[in-house]
Amino acid sequence: MSEPIESDIEQILREGAAAIAAAASTDDLAQVETELFGKRSVLSGAHRSLGSLDPEQRKEAGRRLHEVRAALESQVATRRAVLADAERAELLIADRLDLTEVISDQVRSPVSRGHLHLVSQTRDELEDVFAGMGFEVAEGPEAETDWYNFEALNMPPDHPARGTFDTMYLDIGEPETVLLRTHTSPVQIHLMEEAVRQGTLPIHAVMPGKCFRLDTPDATHLPVFNQIEGLVVDRGITFGDLAGTIQTFTTAYFGEGMRSRLRPAYFPFTEPSAEFEITCAICRGEGCRTCSNIGWVELGGCGMVDPAVFVAVGIDPDVWSGFAFGFGIDRLALMRHEVPDMRLFIENDIRFLSQF
Amino acid sequence: MRAPLSWLRDFAQFPDDIRGLTAALDDLGLVVEEVEHVGEGLESIVVSEVTEITPIEGADKIRRVVVEAGDGPLEIVCGASNFEVGDRVPLAPVGAVLPDGTAIGRRKMRGVESNGMLCSGRELGLSDDGAGLLVLGDDIVASPGTLLTEALGLKDTVFDITVEGNRPDAWCMAGIARDLAARLGLPFTLPEPPAPPPSGVPVADGAQASVEDLDLCPRLTVSVLSDVVVGPSPRWIAERLTLAGMRPINNVVDASNYVMLERGQPTHPYDIERLGGRGLIVRRAGPGETVETLDGVTRTVGDRGADCLICDGENVPVGVAGIMGGASSEIAASTTEVLLEAAYFTPMAIARTSKRLGLRTEASARFERGCDPWGIDAAVNRFSQLLAESTPGLTVRDGTIDIRGAVPEPFTLAVPLARVRRQVGVPLTAEQIAALLDPIGFTTGAGDGPDLTVLVPTNRPDVRPAPYGIDDVIEEVARTFGYSNIPPHTPTWPEPGHLTALQRSRRLVKSVLGGLGASEGWTNTFVSEEAHRRVGLRGPAVRVSNPLLAEEPYLRRSLMPGLLGALAYNADRRQGSIRLYEVGVVFSHPDEGGPRVVERSGAGGSQKASLPLERELLSAVFAHHDDDARSAVGAWRVLADAFRVSGVRLVAPGPGELPALPAVLAGLHPTRAAQLVADGTTIGAVGEIDPGVATDFGLTHPSGTGTVARRIGWLEVDLGLLFDERVVPRRAMLAAAVSRFPSSDIDLALVVDDGVPADVVADVLGAAAGDLLESVTLFDVYRGAHIGEGRRSLAFRLRFCSLDHTLTDDEVGVLRGRCIDAAVAQLGAVLR
Repeated sequence: MSEPIESDIEQILREGAAAIAAAASTDDLAQVETELFGKRSVLSGAHRSLGSLDPEQRKEAGRRLHEVRAALESQVATRRAVLADAERAELLIADRLDLTEVISDQVRSPVSRGHLHLVSQTRDELEDVFAGMGFEVAEGPEAETDWYNFEALNMPPDHPARGTFDTMYLDIGEPETVLLRTHTSPVQIHLMEEAVRQGTLPIHAVMPGKCFRLDTPDATHLPVFNQIEGLVVDRGITFGDLAGTIQTFTTAYFGEGMRSRLRPAYFPFTEPSAEFEITCAICRGEGCRTCSNIGWVELGGCGMVDPAVFVAVGIDPDVWSGFAFGFGIDRLALMRHEVPDMRLFIENDIRFLSQF
Repeated sequence: MRAPLSWLRDFAQFPDDIRGLTAALDDLGLVVEEVEHVGEGLESIVVSEVTEITPIEGADKIRRVVVEAGDGPLEIVCGASNFEVGDRVPLAPVGAVLPDGTAIGRRKMRGVESNGMLCSGRELGLSDDGAGLLVLGDDIVASPGTLLTEALGLKDTVFDITVEGNRPDAWCMAGIARDLAARLGLPFTLPEPPAPPPSGVPVADGAQASVEDLDLCPRLTVSVLSDVVVGPSPRWIAERLTLAGMRPINNVVDASNYVMLERGQPTHPYDIERLGGRGLIVRRAGPGETVETLDGVTRTVGDRGADCLICDGENVPVGVAGIMGGASSEIAASTTEVLLEAAYFTPMAIARTSKRLGLRTEASARFERGCDPWGIDAAVNRFSQLLAESTPGLTVRDGTIDIRGAVPEPFTLAVPLARVRRQVGVPLTAEQIAALLDPIGFTTGAGDGPDLTVLVPTNRPDVRPAPYGIDDVIEEVARTFGYSNIPPHTPTWPEPGHLTALQRSRRLVKSVLGGLGASEGWTNTFVSEEAHRRVGLRGPAVRVSNPLLAEEPYLRRSLMPGLLGALAYNADRRQGSIRLYEVGVVFSHPDEGGPRVVERSGAGGSQKASLPLERELLSAVFAHHDDDARSAVGAWRVLADAFRVSGVRLVAPGPGELPALPAVLAGLHPTRAAQLVADGTTIGAVGEIDPGVATDFGLTHPSGTGTVARRIGWLEVDLGLLFDERVVPRRAMLAAAVSRFPSSDIDLALVVDDGVPADVVADVLGAAAGDLLESVTLFDVYRGAHIGEGRRSLAFRLRFCSLDHTLTDDEVGVLRGRCIDAAVAQLGAVLR
């Protein structure tokens, strides 16, 4: 390798490094970058002059030149990060606002009110109706164990009904033991366990909350949805009481003239089980497209608490009896307010939210 | 399941009242999803016989046809040519309307009058064949003039019924008919098919069977049928299968399917010549064993030691038990000898394997719900009986190879009458209950005094043993009595209904936010790893093992990604000048070291499992075009006032270097954010979104030649902490006196270091001012060159008032002096 070329290259590295270190701002650094790597830069010049060397020298000098270029590029990147951080810090520090200095009179006041989500409004209204009927309102966690979501509800491991729940499991502990509740029924188990522990039976409660299932969102399904359940555990509760409670609720919530009816169904946690239907609110029972000309629309499921559920939580089914019911809040809101697509609930478009 | 009325009528004389039948089925829990009227639209089509065919002069595509349809010869012009004199074809007479709406009129073509239309299968909606007329075969007995629907047996009604998962007994024609007949008070008969005539050759001659794992297959029977001629099924069998929604295949497979639809018992026919060792071995699959099923898929079984295989006599797998057979031993046109497998498999085992293989068939769905292990023998005889119709020379080897383990048996329950009455709420007598249960297959008898003895048949696996089975029987009583016949009664109780304090507080929060112009959003609980990183959150997140979207497997640790996403969504639609909030749950990983939530888990709830910590947050974004951190601070003040909270401080990092942010301030502007601290406990955060984060979410506005981040206020409060009065004390709801005397104001402008928060100054002033102070309000902040770097002037208005007199100037002067002294002494303030 010829001496002059070699010393030129080393000088480029030295001077380049110094220029990079001296850049005081990202703008400066951009300037330095152009000078170092641009078409008229010394590096490019040195590269062009390689052509005049003999092949052996050219190879060696070319390799070195490449190294120097890479080293400088890396220094630029490092320096840029440092400078950008410093510039961001400087800007943020200059932008400082002591939040205790905020003067209330100078804070912008709204000129329009905000809107409670339609699903929340529906939930509140349901809570109020049930509170008026003598129910307390209970809540529970969204993550549960298999015991609360399934087994205590008479669905032991491998129970075929588990398959219908499309459960989402969490990566915690043993596989398939911790999950996102697929219904609000685990709250029933917590309530009954607690009442047994505290000796506070009877129970008259409704339980609203979020539930989770592996359901691809479409016009009538969301993977995260809201449900409300009711549970009554008392002495002498009968299926007739269940039918009467559903009817009273139907009239209280939907209005006079609205009827309910029960149909046999199957749920592992109730026996007897039923689906409940209400007069179609669109046609008032005359028959229309919404209700497939039946005059009734299905709202939810219900039934007498299965004695196996009572035994699982330590309640004596010979002394106590009870019923439970449940239905989807989102679905109810959808029906009642003629929302065309359930996905509107989670899109958060202000034009939708502010309608209610 | 599709149930044709004509088929149901094999078992009971059901009336024609379709509405009544539908209502009865619905009320029994056999929900009718749809009623199909077969032959609808074909009411005016009749059978006609061709008596003459002559060409029409000058036309080569159409001919003159004379038909007899019961009312004398009719002249018709027809374009089809696939028929001869003597054939019987469908006629749409003048005035008829075809299913597609075409109205048939009298027409004249080439001088020939056409008095109707002869129809193809396609024109009648009966087949895809539109090439020629539908020519009736010799097997159809119908004289000219007969309605086509009658001739073809097309007059039927099919109920599409959803049978609940606990009612395998009702998942067949006989089962539906049994329930329906009982409800309508009609006699129900399920004929016992006769055993085939003896052939003199025992089944064990030339066939073998064994069960190695009786826990998976408690009963296996094998029969052998010889001299089989494989061909099409008799017309009536093919028609019924078609109406029920199954495609006819050949007489052997059809007979098996027919038996399943009629009685609910799946069977499997094999070509015995193609079965190695002319027999079956039923056993547990070994790890990693494979079997090629009928659908051509090679399936791996045996991983958990719970899959049941059907193997041939040489132990080579030929099917997944109860789910799907294999191609190797399928019935073929050449089959002459059939081995019929009819078994009872353990329902749970079939359910597990079916789920794991993702393979569900008509057979597996029935086996996993539970077939009647003692219905097998009748099903096998029925199969022979049906096959004999199309194979007159059929011989059946004598007996069956019948291998049994612990086969469920009928059992007796003592059902307390008092419990029936208590659960149902109707004072039913023992006789009434018996009259409800006996017609649907239970056998009742007088029990000991207050009990009714109920013998539970083996086709009712939904009825558990005692004690829970009692309630299963009660359900049958209520169901057959009719839910709609149970008088409704609304119970009352002395305990009042109410919302909890937390629920009322949550509603107050939402009401406050609404008053501040913020609308409530609902954002996704599931987020990507990226979403947390984008708002500066590090550390573990709870992961869903089987997420709906692979890219969003985590449970959210913050509502910020969701709310900023919602803002960006609106901004993209030119409506970004809004305020949004959400009240929702965020999750912390149990490994994060926070408080652990331990719950019962595992079999019997005997194990413990750690759960994620759930916190309910209020988070709000203030993104009106002139909002910034101040809007969020203002919102917090209103919220604090609504909850009568005054002790919460805004704790911000001091001036100077850029501070490292605690997790609660992640994603926020480092010098425009503060923690909300109640006596040492952080309950939330207030401030402005970090401009880098806002830019990342596309929340920018134009500035000069480029864009800059929008200022977006942020408020987050942990509601569990805010609502806990032990953490955040509230002013009692007790009235304080309001003075009747005029108040006096003094204004103080104090210069203090930037490091001294304004609220600390207010507190010092308040403490010094004493009981006569009514309020202290910051009304001006001034920074400027003559005040000096790192300092600012804070102007406060202090309002004094006494309950019992008008304050004198002297009194106020003394108080003023005390306040100034305190500020000077404690904070190094300088009065301006």
